[in-house]
Amino acid sequence: MTMISRRTLFKGAGAATLATLASPALAEDKVKVGFIFLGPIGDYGWTWAHNKGREAIEAELGDKVETIYVENVAEDASAIPVLRDLAQQGCKLIFTTSYGYMDQTVQVAGEFPDVKFEHCTGFKRADNVSTYNSKFHEGRAVLGTIAGKMSKSGVMGYLGSYKVPEVVLGVNAFALAAQKQNPAAVVKLVLIDSWFDPPKEAAATETLINLGCDIVTTHTDSPGPLQILEQKGLHGFGQGADMSAFAPNAHLTAIEDIWGPYYVERTKALLDGTWASIDTWDGFKEGTVMIAPYSKDVPADVAALADGVQAGYKDGSYDIFTGPIYDQDGALKVKEGEVMALGDLAVMDWFVKGVESAS
Amino acid sequence: MGIDFIIAAIITVVGLATPILLAGLGELVVEKSGVLNLGVEGMMLVGAISGFAVTVYTFNPWFGVLGAAAGGALASLLFGVLVLQLNSNQVATGLALTIFGTGISSLMGLSFTGRIVVPFLSVFPDALAKHEYLQLIFGYSPIVYFALIMVPLTTWFLKSTRAGLILRAVGENDLSAHSIGYSVIKVRYAAIAFGGAMAGIGGCYFSMVITPMWAEKMTAGRGWIALALVVFAGWRTGRLLAGAYFFGILMALELYAKASGFSFLPSQFWAAMPYAMTVVALSFISSRGSAGANAPACLGKPFLPST
Repeated sequence: MTMISRRTLFKGAGAATLATLASPALAEDKVKVGFIFLGPIGDYGWTWAHNKGREAIEAELGDKVETIYVENVAEDASAIPVLRDLAQQGCKLIFTTSYGYMDQTVQVAGEFPDVKFEHCTGFKRADNVSTYNSKFHEGRAVLGTIAGKMSKSGVMGYLGSYKVPEVVLGVNAFALAAQKQNPAAVVKLVLIDSWFDPPKEAAATETLINLGCDIVTTHTDSPGPLQILEQKGLHGFGQGADMSAFAPNAHLTAIEDIWGPYYVERTKALLDGTWASIDTWDGFKEGTVMIAPYSKDVPADVAALADGVQAGYKDGSYDIFTGPIYDQDGALKVKEGEVMALGDLAVMDWFVKGVESAS
Repeated sequence: MGIDFIIAAIITVVGLATPILLAGLGELVVEKSGVLNLGVEGMMLVGAISGFAVTVYTFNPWFGVLGAAAGGALASLLFGVLVLQLNSNQVATGLALTIFGTGISSLMGLSFTGRIVVPFLSVFPDALAKHEYLQLIFGYSPIVYFALIMVPLTTWFLKSTRAGLILRAVGENDLSAHSIGYSVIKVRYAAIAFGGAMAGIGGCYFSMVITPMWAEKMTAGRGWIALALVVFAGWRTGRLLAGAYFFGILMALELYAKASGFSFLPSQFWAAMPYAMTVVALSFISSRGSAGANAPACLGKPFLPST
């Protein structure tokens, strides 16, 4: 049995205490960069990808920079003392890696004007608050293309978290891309009001499968849904990272979030004093979105189509949000040939035709 | 709404109900002995990581379940020592056990992130377990059948055995039981350990059956639902079984409603349903006068004999 012995516990506790004692001694030399994470770095999804970005900073700038991170920070007022603590520990740059930290980031930024904050997927800025986002929906367009071609029932499942623009964009991009391959494609959406809840994600995936979906894509952070798909012999996609280790047969491909280059760039800007408050929204072209290798279950012609979408985004010739686009009631929201502006995408709160959702 | 859909829905509900049934049954026995152990969530998580860890190392899910039971029992005995030997406040200690269990399971789980095990699914041959209709009976993990068998076993134990009678006596009037010569402390230790073991097995259902991996806090609050379930059931095992499946149906309904596009009720309504139902059940029980109040008389009171 693997219960930790007291000796190991004390060893661990002793090491942890020593580590925290050691850092102030090094603080004189190295600049501190802080991170708050929504989930555990072992979620093999969203937080894992952000942590990889943090490791990229350490790898490239480890002689000048020291990183601190806090996991499992809830998206409510309890984030405020955590942020204050990081600032008081001497962090000069703090990354807040989830939408729900928006107001807390702005509030603490007001209290610490000489600390820089980078808020992920939000839209509120200040002199010392930047926002950054990734065009995940470009990746969804690739996944939707694959799903549209490979789904036999024509009904696809989308497991989402909350009705925030990031999720809405993902659902719409997925649905539009699937409909390009199969005009009758339908996307069933379930929002589980959580970014990370493995048993609920699993139950929701089962529900979607029971309602006829034979491909399910997830916008939540655990590989749980893929395990259900693997058990049922169906297919799905990984989210935030390559999750094929959890579901070798079910995992077709994944959207990988690549935060390393941006994090290193912003840390360098902090180090040489050129840091300014900006809003960044990169995608395929800049390399923040990547598609994981296709599994053997993806036929060659489908892979070619998917590659075509990626290439189109990289050279700017393709945008999934090109009209005509209808909403769920059938009204024309985007005219033929018109491309939706980034500003409209950032606040999108309606779903396209073919998406079946509860709200 | 064909028969396939109904069968699939029932299987989903069974999966949702089983962990809370297991934890609830354990907690029912503990509370019948007069101890209120609020640490169910912590014990479930310790059970989840213990079971997962043992399965990873032994490749044997049966040992995994045993490991989960042992992990949960050990965690609960920590609570037992504090509450029975040192007479600490049961509510506060139980909450502390929840926090401790969450933390220690996360610590133990650090070396297991990214690992998976083979899910502990049905041991019946595929012809039965994957059969279109027979899967309704044969398609479940052994843990499901264990939970279902434990309900009549626990009922029989509490109602018809001498040991069960002593346990109930200890829960109703500890001082009288003590003066007759029964060891209140020993009985409560045994009950607490049983509760911990059952919660542990309930927890390992998450890490070995539903999503065969380890993720921090993966029980996601089901321990609290199990506590509410014991109250909802009025400390009666038959009602506990019905209540567990009722809560399972509520949880499934939330997901089906969302997936089918029913928008007239906000999603948070569904998530709150198990707790709302518990309040309704409680008010119904207490409105019927003391005949309906089944709570063991000594629930939550420390045992402080004068001798």
